[in-house]
Amino acid sequence: MTDTVLIETRKLTKSFGGLLVLKGVDLQVHQGEAIAVIGPSGGGKSTFLRCLNLLETPDGGDVIFEGQKINQKGTDVDLYRQKMGMVFQHFNVFPHMTVQENVTLAPVLLKKKTPAEAQAQALNLLDRIGLLDKKDEYPRKLSGGQKQRLAIVRALAMEPDVMLFDEPTSALDPEMVGEVLSVIRALVKGGMTTVIVTHEMGFAREVSDRILFMADGVIVEQGTPAELLDHPRQQRTQDFLSKVL
Amino acid sequence: MTFSTVIQNIIKIMSKYWDVFLIKGVSVTMALAAITVFFGAIIGALLAIMKMSPLGILRAIVTAFVEVIRGTPLLLQLYIGYFIVPLMVPALEIGTFASIAVALVINSAAYVSEVIRSGIQAVDIGQTEAARSLGLSKGQTMTKVILPQAVKNILPALGNEFVTIIKETSLASTFFVGDLMTSYLTVKGQTYLAFESLIIVGVLYFVLTFVLSKLVGAYERRLKQSD
Ligand SMILES: Nc1ncnc2c1ncn2[C@@H]1O[C@H](COP(=O)(O)OP(=O)(O)O)[C@@H](O)[C@H]1O
Ligand SMILES: [Mg+2]
Repeated sequence: MTDTVLIETRKLTKSFGGLLVLKGVDLQVHQGEAIAVIGPSGGGKSTFLRCLNLLETPDGGDVIFEGQKINQKGTDVDLYRQKMGMVFQHFNVFPHMTVQENVTLAPVLLKKKTPAEAQAQALNLLDRIGLLDKKDEYPRKLSGGQKQRLAIVRALAMEPDVMLFDEPTSALDPEMVGEVLSVIRALVKGGMTTVIVTHEMGFAREVSDRILFMADGVIVEQGTPAELLDHPRQQRTQDFLSKVL
Repeated sequence: MTFSTVIQNIIKIMSKYWDVFLIKGVSVTMALAAITVFFGAIIGALLAIMKMSPLGILRAIVTAFVEVIRGTPLLLQLYIGYFIVPLMVPALEIGTFASIAVALVINSAAYVSEVIRSGIQAVDIGQTEAARSLGLSKGQTMTKVILPQAVKNILPALGNEFVTIIKETSLASTFFVGDLMTSYLTVKGQTYLAFESLIIVGVLYFVLTFVLSKLVGAYERRLKQSD
């Protein structure tokens, strides 16, 4: 982890209808840092993550990525999104494309790579996650764990500066959780800046530099895994942890 | 009127007028339906795009158009086409067939626009989010990710629209455009055998729509399998 701030939010607010879902969230994500976000369902974790790459448009506050405020008119959001990979709970792999096409689509379409380069990269990535032999299959032939690993390398193919994970293992059968977590673990070890919303406390403790506890639209408490999980200061955090640990 | 006289009359009619039904009637009906669905799909696609536009005024225009078309009888729309279309482009001296075809196309476009829109909206929103999160633009997301999947919802529905149109073109016989129902009117006028002529036309309509529905159904199942 370095001192460079990669993403920063300032007083981020967001509401749906009359419901205030984010109540002014401040966060600095440093380059190379791995942050885990935990908290009760409905607390705004997904909304916060989706505000970072502007899948949700914040109502107020700033999202600053690599020194640029990106939530303002005139910003080419697509350009910034290329540098922020996102992995979803429900995989969202493209069912009408082969495994390999899933990986090469964005780099080729967005002119990051020639088709030949993109293919070479895809094969390399698929090999790393053990899906090389499935490269010409369609996603319907894959298990949940395989689909999620594919979704991860599809995002990695854009060579992003940060990876955002929204409960990447919540929709998986228990026996497939491990294979997905180990791909993420390897990414973090490799120095990728990561923000991961998760219910896997053991994993959060193991890989993250910092854990945020988020509830009711605010970061209630944050700290190193040892601080937050073993010595939570806030009553709200203690209550939550006593239920999940 | 016994069953056997009806059968005999049908055979008599068919031996003399088979070409009126099979060559002229069926082909005009099929041509009219094909033209309607083809241009209806193109215009319907444009309407669907307008309906999903961020411009409220475009959406309102399409909504109003679709509601008016759906809320008025097709026969009335055909009458309006019959009178209005030739007036709008008098130089072309558009005939009855073309005027009626234009009216059918406009009617079908309204229905097809809804078919296309719901086919697009049936694609999981997660697909759009995944594509946009990779940095794809709205347009790229639509053409590379959403439409290829939506087509699987839309094509079978278009096939069913074709089947429906085949039946609806019978209303065009009001204007003697030469479709299958016009064949009935012609033959009835010459033979005075209304019932038998109706049976023949009914069987032909049924065979056309039944076979086509089965084909659409088979195609739909094949698309489902490749999911
Ligand atoms: N698109 C949306 N429209 C309306 N309400 C939403 C939408 N997305 C999230 N919400 C609401 O915002 C709140 C926070 O949701 P979310 O960010 O998904 O929480 P978490 O990920 O922590 O479970 C919830 O009450 C949820 O119902
Ligand atoms: Mg969530």
